[in-house]
Amino acid sequence: MSRESALVSADWAEKNIAAPGVVFVEVDEDTTAYDGGHIAGAIKLDWRQDLQDPVRRDFVNKEQFEALLSSRGVANDDTVVLYGGNNNWFAAYAYWYFKLYGHGDVKLLDGGRKKWELDARPLSKDAVERPATQYVAQDQDLSIRAFRDDVVKAIGVQNLIDVRSPDEYAGRLLAPAHLPQEQAQRAGHIPTALSVPWSKAANEDGTFKSDAELTELYAAAGIDDSKDTIAYCRIGERSSHTWFVLQEILGKANVKNYDGSWTEYGSLVGVPVALGDEPGKA
Amino acid sequence: MTAQTAASTVAAGCAAPDQAAPLPLSVDLEKETVITGVVQASGDPVAGAYVRLLDRSGEFTAEVVTSPAGQFRFFAAPGTWQLRALSRFGNGDATVDAARGVNEVSLAVA
Repeated sequence: MSRESALVSADWAEKNIAAPGVVFVEVDEDTTAYDGGHIAGAIKLDWRQDLQDPVRRDFVNKEQFEALLSSRGVANDDTVVLYGGNNNWFAAYAYWYFKLYGHGDVKLLDGGRKKWELDARPLSKDAVERPATQYVAQDQDLSIRAFRDDVVKAIGVQNLIDVRSPDEYAGRLLAPAHLPQEQAQRAGHIPTALSVPWSKAANEDGTFKSDAELTELYAAAGIDDSKDTIAYCRIGERSSHTWFVLQEILGKANVKNYDGSWTEYGSLVGVPVALGDEPGKA
Repeated sequence: MTAQTAASTVAAGCAAPDQAAPLPLSVDLEKETVITGVVQASGDPVAGAYVRLLDRSGEFTAEVVTSPAGQFRFFAAPGTWQLRALSRFGNGDATVDAARGVNEVSLAVA
């Protein structure tokens, strides 16, 4: 993968809004943003309602994902262009999720909603209806998804990248600072995990930094390209952003996203936790 | 979105809660450090501005979008924080020394 195959610019998007075979998908947790105005013709996916199992903590299964995309009118050979708020956190999560279920052509809109709005590009409030399809998903590609046991085994062995803010990494905050700090899990990070906040990979308008800047960022942080890599955050959406940078923009091999992330790891009984600004020992 | 659904949103996800909603009753102001205020351009509130909370080293910590009345709100920790607003009317910066409870900050963009 490369920047050219995985990312589209806002200019490209505006020119291809009505292009046949291109489906724009806005992904947010709070879909009131979409309802207040979206890219013309874009459908919406709700991060929680549409992509999470309603009872247990896991994703919708293959059949549920097929039913979801069929009903929303997404076909297997469509080019899916994802964008959203929160600096594309949830759009990057959906990108990873579409890849997990084997969708062929997925792209992320560079800068997401923020760049689109700051550029004062047009938004539409028109309802969007697409004819239903017969979408067929693949089995989950577990080469890009890490589970808790993978993470525990990776301590001191693989590249673990904590992409939360420095204060969350050190244990001074338990959640991103737009959320209340009362949380069930313990504070801190997985021992030996390197702190590379997702935000270092993005410009303040939400676009990704250049390939040269990104390469330098992870090299300077001490990522060893001879090892496999697992990225995590609090619930797996910011780490999807970093997974996207490492595997889809920079083309690194064997990168996984740990969607359980700190809300799972920080609640596990008996696992090691490191506090403070240093990675800590295995 | 009501304050109640904002409270349930924060329980599981990372999306910014509705900035116009009153503080959810579950928020304990003896424990939380709330940084809040209004983004203004030439004295008028700016809706839809992006407000970023940066830590004392200047690193990104959180970002919210202002409400129709220009309001933003963060849950931080006591200490010094920087605020940076991006909007179609321009950008602006402010610094706050926050303590537990509610800390009000004015943030002008130009």
